[in-house]
Amino acid sequence: MSTLLEVQGLGITFGGLRAVNDVSFCVSPGEIVSVIGPNGAGKTTLFNMISGVYRPGAGSVKLDGEDVTGLDPYLLARRGLSRTFQNLQIFQTMTVLENAIAGFHLQEKGPLLADLLNLPSTRRRARAAAEGARALLDRVRLGNAAEKEASSLSYGALKRLEIARALALKPRVLLLDEPAAGCNAVETEEIDHLIAEVAASGVAILLVEHDMKMVMRISNHIVVLDHGEKIAEGKPEEVSRNPKVIEAYLGTEAAHA
Amino acid sequence: MRAKHVTLLVLAAIVIASPFFFPSNYYYRVGSLIFVNGLAVTGIVILTGYAGQISLGHAGFAGIGAYACALAPIHLGLHPGLAAILGAVVSGAIAWLIGRPVLRLKGYYLAVATLGLGILVSMILANEAWLTRGPDGIEVPDLGLNDALEAIGIDLSNPQFWYFFSGLVLVLGAWVALNLHNSPTGRALRALHGSEIAARTVGIDVARLKLQAFVISAVYASLSGSLLALQNKFVTPDVAGFMHSIEMVTMAVLGGAASVLGAFFGAAILTTLPQVLTVFQEYEQIMLGLVMMLCMIFMRDGLLPSILRALRGRDK
Repeated sequence: MSTLLEVQGLGITFGGLRAVNDVSFCVSPGEIVSVIGPNGAGKTTLFNMISGVYRPGAGSVKLDGEDVTGLDPYLLARRGLSRTFQNLQIFQTMTVLENAIAGFHLQEKGPLLADLLNLPSTRRRARAAAEGARALLDRVRLGNAAEKEASSLSYGALKRLEIARALALKPRVLLLDEPAAGCNAVETEEIDHLIAEVAASGVAILLVEHDMKMVMRISNHIVVLDHGEKIAEGKPEEVSRNPKVIEAYLGTEAAHA
Repeated sequence: MRAKHVTLLVLAAIVIASPFFFPSNYYYRVGSLIFVNGLAVTGIVILTGYAGQISLGHAGFAGIGAYACALAPIHLGLHPGLAAILGAVVSGAIAWLIGRPVLRLKGYYLAVATLGLGILVSMILANEAWLTRGPDGIEVPDLGLNDALEAIGIDLSNPQFWYFFSGLVLVLGAWVALNLHNSPTGRALRALHGSEIAARTVGIDVARLKLQAFVISAVYASLSGSLLALQNKFVTPDVAGFMHSIEMVTMAVLGGAASVLGAFFGAAILTTLPQVLTVFQEYEQIMLGLVMMLCMIFMRDGLLPSILRALRGRDK
């Protein structure tokens, strides 16, 4: 399998604090790679660097061989990288359907003048995006909520809406930041299936997740961060036996016990 | 889709039906002022209501539109109608040039930067007397359209003509703004209003879209200034003044900045309220301030959205 996302020596400093230091790993198409680590290990910071929200202080991010380090998220979106957020970033005043349609922005955007005059070309683009959005909403079981205001949805439903919006971009690389946080067991399992399905379609998936059962179940490869550094990586069973990892999670004494 | 047609029908009905209740010609004048303000406020709806960006300097663009109608006929020999279009082009170009750096700012930084822009324009209009004739103002030539209508048998008094003409421009402006609302561009504007970071991750070029909204709203303000100058046949630098900028934003927010119809009602109320409140004589300004404060405290989404929600709540 060829590498699609390649992270090389990535690092960033916030006011003298090394939030992330020299982290490297690769994700191939169809592969699910999870980033785990204790709270404050730098997982979300790492995500924000890869997705262009923060400009890395060191290292590089390559997408299909092309250097995309520090590119704005909208340019990364055009190159097929899409993400969800740990703390939801939903367009609150828009309907559920409109949120999903927004994910089709790159496909539905067109000349401004056509939009101002509501020309047939605009209507055609909008209709195609709405159809795609409805299909995606059905896929994440939000089809019945399409016309509701997004702010009226439950937390778990909003998580699924974010995933639908990210999938609308037909990404080659998908970054999921704690997709199952705050979801109940049934919802977690649904998201679990959805992620596996998306990976099976050939998308490279990078996952941050606190639900260890889920991580161990669906990941092909796990990267462990602690204090901003990569302390281990490997297959789920390897990582779960690694003494460094046990130490980071449970403290020194447990590791020696 | 339906909301768009309702809004247009309501606006058209107001323009056409209101004159049946006018006791005198003076009310045509008030009506056309409401439509002129409504046009500028529709631009604010696009900038503030859709895209979530604030400007406290849009009267500057109204000033450019107004003075274009006075100056272009003198210096360039243009017809006043074409001068209004030239003004809109100049306003759009200036908004495009200034918007790039200014729209990187957020919240009150953006407010202060646009405030500066508005003040700059009004200072130039007041001080460069060799060009603008300074603070005393300048005459604006007649548009000539009313005379042309008379020639084909439509006989309107001047206030009547401007009432219907401004009403027509307002309805067209509302149509364009409503088209935008449901279009891919409008959706992207509302998305970046909701979450800029999420908008960027779905591929929205946030800087470019904010700039488009800024330019479009500047053109609305400019056309509104032109209409005002043409019907008054006179213009002073006050049209670009700070108070006029504040008025535009207040009208939009009071009525409901996210909705074209709401913002129109904001414009209607704030245009007529001072005339109604004259019964309070010297306390007029205080009453105006009080009404605005109460509205904002109890109806934060603006008058129209709040009232509609209350009515809907009662149905259930």
